[in-house]
Amino acid sequence: MASFKPTKIQIYPQLGAKVTQDTLYWKNYKAPVQVKEFGAITNIDFSPLAPHNYAVTASTRIHIYGPFSQEPVKTFTRFKDTAYSGRFRSDGQLLVAGCEDSVVRLFDVSGKVALRMFKGHTKAVHVADFTSDCYHILTCSDDYTCCLWDIPNSTELTKYKEHSDYIRCGATSKLNKDLFVTGSYDHTLKMFDARVQKSVMTMDHNHPVESVLFYPSEGLLVSAGGRYVKVWDLLKRGQPLVSLKNHHKTVTCLCLSGNGQRLLSASLDRHVKVYNTTNYKVVHSFDYTASILSLALAPEDESVVVGMTNGILSIKHRKTSEEKQGPTGQPRRQPVFRVFVKGRNCVPKQDDFLVSKSAKSHLAKYDKQLKRFNVSKALDTALEKNRKPEITVAVIKELDRRGTLKNALAGRDEQNLSQLVNFLIGNVVDPRFAPVLVTATEMILDIYKAVVGQSSVVDRQLVRLQELVEREIDYQQDLLEVLGMLDTLFASTLPRKEEVCREHAPVSYEISYFRGYP
Amino acid sequence: MVEHTGIRVVHRGGSKINFREPVITSDSRFLLCGSGESVKVYSTSTEECVHDLQGHTDLVTGVVLNPSNHLQAYSCSADGTVRLWDFTDGILIKTFIIRYHIFSIHVSEKHVGVLFVVVPMANEKELFQLVAVHLPRSGDPEVEVGELSAVLCDVSPNPGAVSFGTGGEYIAAAKGLQLEVFFFKKQKSYRFSLKSGMNKGINNSFTCISCHPKEDCIATGHADGKIRLWRNFNQKKEYTYSTLHWHHNAVNTLRFTPEGSTNLLSGGIESVLVQWRYTQENQKDFLPRLGAAITHIAVSPDGSLFCTSHADNKITIILSSVKVSAIIQGLVKDDCVRTDLMIDPRSKALVLNGKPGHLQFYSLHRDKQLYNLDIVQQEYIHEQGVDQFQVVKAAFDTHGDWLATVEERRQKSSELEINLKLWSYDEQTQSFVLNTTVTAPHEDQITAMCFSPSPETTLLVTTSLDGHFKAWLCQLAKKIESASWSCDFVGGYHLLKPGCCCFSADGSLLAFGFQEVVTVWSPTSWELLTTLSQPPGAVRDLCFGRLSCSKYLLGTSTKNQLCCWNLLTCSLEWNTPMDVSLLQADPFSENMAAFCSQSGSTDLFVFKPSEPRPLFSKKALCTGKVERAIFAPRDQMLESSEEYSQWLNRSQLYFLTQHMDLMTFSTKTEEDRLLASSKQLMVDDSVAITPFYLLLGRHKQQQQEKQELLTNPLAERTPLPQGSIAIKELLDTPAHVLPSASFLCSMFVRSLLVSSSSAR
Repeated sequence: MASFKPTKIQIYPQLGAKVTQDTLYWKNYKAPVQVKEFGAITNIDFSPLAPHNYAVTASTRIHIYGPFSQEPVKTFTRFKDTAYSGRFRSDGQLLVAGCEDSVVRLFDVSGKVALRMFKGHTKAVHVADFTSDCYHILTCSDDYTCCLWDIPNSTELTKYKEHSDYIRCGATSKLNKDLFVTGSYDHTLKMFDARVQKSVMTMDHNHPVESVLFYPSEGLLVSAGGRYVKVWDLLKRGQPLVSLKNHHKTVTCLCLSGNGQRLLSASLDRHVKVYNTTNYKVVHSFDYTASILSLALAPEDESVVVGMTNGILSIKHRKTSEEKQGPTGQPRRQPVFRVFVKGRNCVPKQDDFLVSKSAKSHLAKYDKQLKRFNVSKALDTALEKNRKPEITVAVIKELDRRGTLKNALAGRDEQNLSQLVNFLIGNVVDPRFAPVLVTATEMILDIYKAVVGQSSVVDRQLVRLQELVEREIDYQQDLLEVLGMLDTLFASTLPRKEEVCREHAPVSYEISYFRGYP
Repeated sequence: MVEHTGIRVVHRGGSKINFREPVITSDSRFLLCGSGESVKVYSTSTEECVHDLQGHTDLVTGVVLNPSNHLQAYSCSADGTVRLWDFTDGILIKTFIIRYHIFSIHVSEKHVGVLFVVVPMANEKELFQLVAVHLPRSGDPEVEVGELSAVLCDVSPNPGAVSFGTGGEYIAAAKGLQLEVFFFKKQKSYRFSLKSGMNKGINNSFTCISCHPKEDCIATGHADGKIRLWRNFNQKKEYTYSTLHWHHNAVNTLRFTPEGSTNLLSGGIESVLVQWRYTQENQKDFLPRLGAAITHIAVSPDGSLFCTSHADNKITIILSSVKVSAIIQGLVKDDCVRTDLMIDPRSKALVLNGKPGHLQFYSLHRDKQLYNLDIVQQEYIHEQGVDQFQVVKAAFDTHGDWLATVEERRQKSSELEINLKLWSYDEQTQSFVLNTTVTAPHEDQITAMCFSPSPETTLLVTTSLDGHFKAWLCQLAKKIESASWSCDFVGGYHLLKPGCCCFSADGSLLAFGFQEVVTVWSPTSWELLTTLSQPPGAVRDLCFGRLSCSKYLLGTSTKNQLCCWNLLTCSLEWNTPMDVSLLQADPFSENMAAFCSQSGSTDLFVFKPSEPRPLFSKKALCTGKVERAIFAPRDQMLESSEEYSQWLNRSQLYFLTQHMDLMTFSTKTEEDRLLASSKQLMVDDSVAITPFYLLLGRHKQQQQEKQELLTNPLAERTPLPQGSIAIKELLDTPAHVLPSASFLCSMFVRSLLVSSSSAR
């Protein structure tokens, strides 16, 4: 008596999913550590000094975390309202933060009380940053203005009133103490020189600007707004260089990797994308559980810190070299393990009588149904959510082989049928599944043509299916035309040898799937 | 052309063991079943064949135990005889000559000395009758039976449709829609008929019948899958029946288990053995997935063992706890062999497609199936009208490291599904392991497939009706498991359809038959070297010569041509008009075998391509076309010096006739050797075999032979003492196993004496 042979899931060759150096590099992080903050995390900034603490601005506080502890090492709570943009000075001694109450506060990292309070804005200050000479502070506010302040005597130096909407981002140059850039919700980026009283350069982003970033060389400027990330060439008077559209929601944050070779963008669509800065292709992407508001990388990419709208701070640390090798070498010896292994490594002695225990074979759910000849149920289990389409197609193929596909497809109510048609819409034009699913589609149309028009849901789906198939047929026709052109090209380039006719096989396969489809 | 009498065509194994119901002996140790022209005795515990009871000259159509002696069995045959055997010793006791074609045999304990056989009616061949044969008491080994008395007229020739009830009080037979019960005491028969369900689309005719061993109850199986239990049938009117229904197709066989716990066993095409509890029929036990449709069920007299015969020439032995304990598998012969016959280079087994979706490895020397290789690896659905995957092509490489198989399934409406699978040999498990699957390797049916014999590369070539041939190359890795296959080259010739392909013996040339044109390619550079053609007629088969004849390429065409091209001159060397259905090259010599069909029968010619005269020819080998043949290597070389049988020295030619009989050629020397070995076995049987006996017994035998020699006046000379077997044996055997010196001494001295008769 042979045992039941489970349905064979065909393995299709995977195209394009290659392991690159980048995926290896960016996957080499440990499982994330998650810390719950009080509100949405709007800014994260790493200290440039050695332990590389980082300041996390959320709600009315700024927490400073050490590189390894999950508990904040220091907290600044002297805010009347929501704090914004807590940033370190380049020597790591001072920290500046804006606030919803329009006051900008300057803290000593070791102290608690604000050293200076800069009052002059009339609305919330979302950006505050030090200039590269460490003596001035740049602030941008929702009152459409940006200001330069002097730290020693806490006076306002200059006020620029060029923007016509909230200013929500800004960056100071690390090389020149007088240069800084602001981005505003009036869709423009403006570059200012402290030595003159007005902007020196204006760039139009076309969307409310959420974040700006200088390249280390400061020849290029990156801005994020709407779903777009744009790169500008400052040396060519702000000419747009590239426009990237890889997110499907607003991009909120930008940062560069430690060596400046990769650009990272975070978005409300819960993804972080990593771009190669030479060709601006996405080389990797991270998924998070909620919309991302802030993102920072530790120096040398030692950790990736992401703050989200739901107040969760996610910290990923890079794996050290021994952890990278995985749990090889000495296996862990624990009592639990010993219990688990009990008797398994026992070798029978010569006189022992061996009683073999038949290994129980575990069948998948759909196989259990197939074994019982419950064809409809087998199809139902195969159509369950989150099943790979390969499995569903394999079950459909098996049912077809048994000659019972028609029975399995028939007798479905509106909900069941729409689920089925939905699956077909998703997969029928996939060249891997087309040969099987085209048969199934024809059968469904045959079975249910009598009841077309009774359900608006199914009718809508059928129309979609029809459109899809028509489009695919047009596409295949175009491909065939291209193939014909290629054939003539090949024929003319081949050496004149009349007997031999070579063909490029793989292309002709894909096309043959749709030949003969009505 | 000379006809040679020294070579005979003989049947070689592979006969059906599922033709009729097997019989389990009363001690449950042996299982008897008819197999072709002999009755085979198998051990139920070891599955080995213990005895082969030979004597019948035609198909054996039934085996039953002798009810008066449980160590004897009757067998009936289409040659018109019933033979009585002692199956434990394998001895023929008696032969009863009846002179009718016998279809089945039945016995009962109540009727001692009477056999019931089914024979055709005297005037009409299509109708059959059950007759009682009263066995004459006589001491002769061959007895003519004169006395036949008809019991029932118009019965079914199927042995399952006749059954004895309640220890032989009545006999029940079913045919068509009618059940007939004959009571021996009353000498009266009752007929019960069912209403035809044909107009409703139901075929409710009887297929099989079984009677309860103690109670008055008859179970009948029907073609629509129902089982009816008949009671109160000893009167015309008030009979009753109840219906059981589980089978969805015809019930092939039914059997009550003997008294004690009486159950009803049934089986059909679903290949599920169903055990119905008698009196509680809603309780059933199932034994599913037995492999193939059940054709017969037999139960041992004490009820401890069941066995089922299956359509794939298999007998399964099942314990009464419904667990399979042993499987006896014969050569599976479908209605046709789709794959060619092949020889596995490792095990030297014959390989062909067996059960659906399997390849079988069959040992020719032991007449036993070695193992089945599951090619399709899918659950087999036992239902009529389902398109199954079929293994259509298979090929081995020269060392047996790789096996390539092609399976296809043609659906009624849509296109063809083809899979090419490549299997690597695993030394550890001693079987083939799937390495690569190529789905849809071609767009149409694959017509031919062969491996390159060259040792450097592992290359497979497939040709298909889509007008292309493809070369598949193996990227060898350190381990054979991590090797992978990929398509290396796709080629064609004027969009003609290639029909066959063949590599030369060293693998440097590759020939394709593209309808009327033969193209010769170089497999290293994939250059077309030359084209050869001999119109009209498409090329059917191609074959390169070997060894000294490797410059020749032979081809056969559909328009009755056998051509031989010389590849050095690229010209036709010779051609002859004959309708060659199959051309086969011997891998161990230059010889070629050509099977030619001529006016309904097949002729065989064995020839060398370089010589005009055939080495051997045999007219009218068999009726019908021969489509499959193979040269199999011998395990022992023959040393025949006659010219006509030299071609059989190193290899043996097997072929399959139209009726799927596996035949081969045997020479005189081979038969002599076989006879000698069987004689020796007979002597060995009489005494228990111990190492000591082996030594002494042989001495005795030699003494006997010598005495014969002495008494024989024609013996011309005694062998020289140096070459004497006795001396050789004395010197070759280790000292510690030799008998005592005093015993040996007299024998040794006697062997040195020159006998008086030869000295004369």
